[in-house]
Amino acid sequence: MLRKSLLMALATAALAGLPAPGLAQETVKVGLILPMTGPFTSTGKQIAAAARLYMQEHGATVAGKKIELVLKDDTGNAELTKRLAQELVVSEKVRFLAGFGLTPLALAVAPLATEAKVPQIVMAAGTSIITERSPFVVRTSFTVPQSAVVIADWAVKSNVKKVVTLVSDYAPGHDAEKSFKERFTAAGGQIAAELRVPLQNPDFAPFLQRAADAKPDALYVFVPSGAGAIVMKQFLERGLDKSGIRLIGTGDLTDDDILPGFGDAALGIITAHLYATAHPSPKNKAYVAAFSKANPGMRPNFMSVGGYDGMHLIYEALKKTGGKTDGEALVAAMKGLAWESPRGPIAIDPQTRDIVQNIYIRKVERVNGELHNVEFATFEAVKDPVKAAKK
Amino acid sequence: MSPQAQADAAQLLAGRARWHPFEVLFWLAAAASTVLLPGHHLILTEIAWLALFALSLDLILGYAGIVSLGHAAFFGLGAYAAGLLAKHELVNEPLLALLLAGLAAALLGFVTSFLVLRGADLTRLMVTLGVALLLRELANKHAWLTGGADGLQGVTVEPLLGRFRFDMFGHTGYVYTLAVTFVLFLVARRIMNSSFGLSLQAMKENPARAEAVGMPVSRRLIAVYTLAAGYAGIAGALLTQTTAFTSLDVFSFERSADLLLVLIIGGAGYLYGGLIGAVVFKLLQDSLSTITPQYWPFWIGLLLVAIVLVGRERITAWTAPLRAFAGRLDRRRGAAATKA
Amino acid sequence: MLTILFDGIAYGMVLFMLACGLSVTLGLMNLVNLAHGAFAMAGGYCAVVLVNRLGVPFLAALPLAFLASALIGLAFERTLYRHVHRKSHLDQVLFTIGLVFMAVVAVDYVAGSSQVFVQLPDYLQGRFTLLGVGIGRYRLLIIVLCGVIAVALQLVLMRSRFGSRLRAAVDDARVAQGLGINVGGLFAATFAVGSGLAGLGGALGAEILGLDPSFPLKYMVYFLVVVTVGGTSSITGPFLASLILGISDVAGKYYLPDLGAFVIYTIMIAVLIWRPQGLFARAAAR
Repeated sequence: MLRKSLLMALATAALAGLPAPGLAQETVKVGLILPMTGPFTSTGKQIAAAARLYMQEHGATVAGKKIELVLKDDTGNAELTKRLAQELVVSEKVRFLAGFGLTPLALAVAPLATEAKVPQIVMAAGTSIITERSPFVVRTSFTVPQSAVVIADWAVKSNVKKVVTLVSDYAPGHDAEKSFKERFTAAGGQIAAELRVPLQNPDFAPFLQRAADAKPDALYVFVPSGAGAIVMKQFLERGLDKSGIRLIGTGDLTDDDILPGFGDAALGIITAHLYATAHPSPKNKAYVAAFSKANPGMRPNFMSVGGYDGMHLIYEALKKTGGKTDGEALVAAMKGLAWESPRGPIAIDPQTRDIVQNIYIRKVERVNGELHNVEFATFEAVKDPVKAAKK
Repeated sequence: MSPQAQADAAQLLAGRARWHPFEVLFWLAAAASTVLLPGHHLILTEIAWLALFALSLDLILGYAGIVSLGHAAFFGLGAYAAGLLAKHELVNEPLLALLLAGLAAALLGFVTSFLVLRGADLTRLMVTLGVALLLRELANKHAWLTGGADGLQGVTVEPLLGRFRFDMFGHTGYVYTLAVTFVLFLVARRIMNSSFGLSLQAMKENPARAEAVGMPVSRRLIAVYTLAAGYAGIAGALLTQTTAFTSLDVFSFERSADLLLVLIIGGAGYLYGGLIGAVVFKLLQDSLSTITPQYWPFWIGLLLVAIVLVGRERITAWTAPLRAFAGRLDRRRGAAATKA
Repeated sequence: MLTILFDGIAYGMVLFMLACGLSVTLGLMNLVNLAHGAFAMAGGYCAVVLVNRLGVPFLAALPLAFLASALIGLAFERTLYRHVHRKSHLDQVLFTIGLVFMAVVAVDYVAGSSQVFVQLPDYLQGRFTLLGVGIGRYRLLIIVLCGVIAVALQLVLMRSRFGSRLRAAVDDARVAQGLGINVGGLFAATFAVGSGLAGLGGALGAEILGLDPSFPLKYMVYFLVVVTVGGTSSITGPFLASLILGISDVAGKYYLPDLGAFVIYTIMIAVLIWRPQGLFARAAAR
């Protein structure tokens, strides 16, 4: 009985995992590892939808190779991400690893990318250091400091002198706090208090009360996108807006995906970010229309463009290498690529393999009855400020 | 004890200590998998440490009847201990680090066992859960040491015994994990088939009577809880050493909950339950999450509900003939052994 | 200072709404229901659909959320839970964790995985200052509403026939059954009301706690802490426990932000060691 069940189990494993050897020649597999369940599901959904949309629009064949997407759910758990990545490389023979919803997930895989010489396309995670952890990491999403310094610059220009920062207590939050603080104090601004909120935190009220007690000109917030709405609502509830405090932050605060549910309370919030659903370009209009058609009820947000452009990067790199799937050649081909994305013009920095993109200052407004982030100023071709400062 | 009773007891113990063919086959199959399934060593490694982890829960749940919702506390402590030892190059030999991680977890188990012994099922559920959450929060807050929410980065595990490097394909990792699990299984089997193991079962069935006949109930419970904690710690350390990474997830409630499911699938209280459960659970989870990456937990949940509604005894009935057969065999062989 | 106290009370009240049903069902039937949060989530989503999609006024949506969750609770009790009453705690834990997993995924499937919000009417937004204490309108509503409900619950329990039967059944189900009290029916009714209150708590709490499919998992610990600290033999126990928890959590974050969640976990373990039956339980252990 025991033996039978074990053998059966092993046989199932063998059937489930083994690739058909004949196909491996013409098919290029892309391993897409995303949090499809758990607290970060919305990131995974957006990216998976965008990646599928790209393939649907551009066909599954490039440079004579058939592209096949292998989607895996890592539930936002880094040890699982690592095991899935290893399995994808070892048994599925994927030529690209892509996705990575959170910083720890991307970091956990970086040593593997180096060892296996497989390009690792980071489509979401935003901590600056990720691209330095392996020469095979290329990023199509964003770095948190890109938006953080831009909003700091904007704050200085808009006569904001004293700021309280409120960030979630994890690597991207620390990045957001540090880059904002450096840029803002360098320009003569004052940080009245630095608050760090646990990542899983039910009630922001006490933190906001501390912020209010410091009487700043503005409250700078960086929290994961879902929590942003709660911060904002409680900000208004405590009447912080009425006491003359402005709410500013990176675009995670007014994530387009959930913005419609915020209500009028969100009107007038100013954020800096790389993409808004309302970005006024023909390319983006077509993108939003196609995305919403393929995924009814969903709005593409800044995470989605990371997935869309990540697929574009993979396609273009394959075109440049003529379909060759040697990891080093692929990364070399990706360096310096520049194209027009739904978010505007972007490029891969040949030195850092990180993304260079426009950062927009936006304000929440009602457009055709729906809440949107409306862009009103542009900072062009922003590089990751952390890495730029190191040189 | 009368001579007859003594002889009976000896006979029973001798019979239980015997290996029967199914067990031999089980471990032969496991050994064969190292050679026959080289492409699947990564998931097999996970199965192996999960099996050890579930075995550890079996020791307290199946043998001592302690329901725990926070067994991940020990797993996590072991994982972080092994990670920190390797990261700061305090102990470079993985095997030694493994032992130390296990000891650390056992120590925690010893200390917390006094809390767990108080109160009934419900209190135990809460205390175990609380301990795990508290540890998670500790690890979260001491980011300078543990990396906080970002996980413990920069762990490099030195080659095993100074020779076998942990390779990308997980070959070394699997053989290592399987060997450790096997050795610890042997130890657990030996202990549970001794008079100590028998006394645990007696206490589980009727604590009052056990106390009345003069068994040191609390001391034995503390001992088994400490042992189980050590096992869980070693399982956690194996995870860190084979993946060179660890994060707060090791303490998560879901991990403790999944572990219960693993043990329940295989059936508690005969040592193999955790092992079989680990194989079935991982393969199930892996295939479900491949078929439906977004909605697989639904089916796991449905399985749990179904198991309870149908009745755990009936679900694990598929292993019952084996257990019954093994039991009969035991008695006969035991009898033969004492006669001879 | 008083503002923090005020916020803490409001937070505690929401916790009480969410957890009181759990404590009663636990006390009455010795049923460990880890899926209690799923009923709260049902109420929250119900309010979202009613207010945002169908344009039902917020205050009218609250009783509807209560009713919906209560009906769902009743249906689950009669079809599923009744089979696990007599099973061991381990079985109940497994069963209800399974339900939580299913609920999380089902809501994700139907409503999407992102955060949702109930749109509040204007008159509930913002706050005013009274004698130097900043009072949020919405939080005031929560305190008043939950306070009234808590008092009503207490009255029903202490004064009504239903209440005395319920108390009798909690004290000793077997004897109560023998005296002709329909314990099963009593339990189903209590379960439904408990689920309904959780649903109401979910609808009210969405504004403060947020609402997404992982809600039952995220807040399960909080419910358990309330029940552990408050004990399961009365309404006052969980009520006081919720207030203590709410106030100490909010104050802890304000004055000692570095301690984070330590405060509540430590309280829970300390209480469990000190008084395993709960802080406010009568000394007699069952």
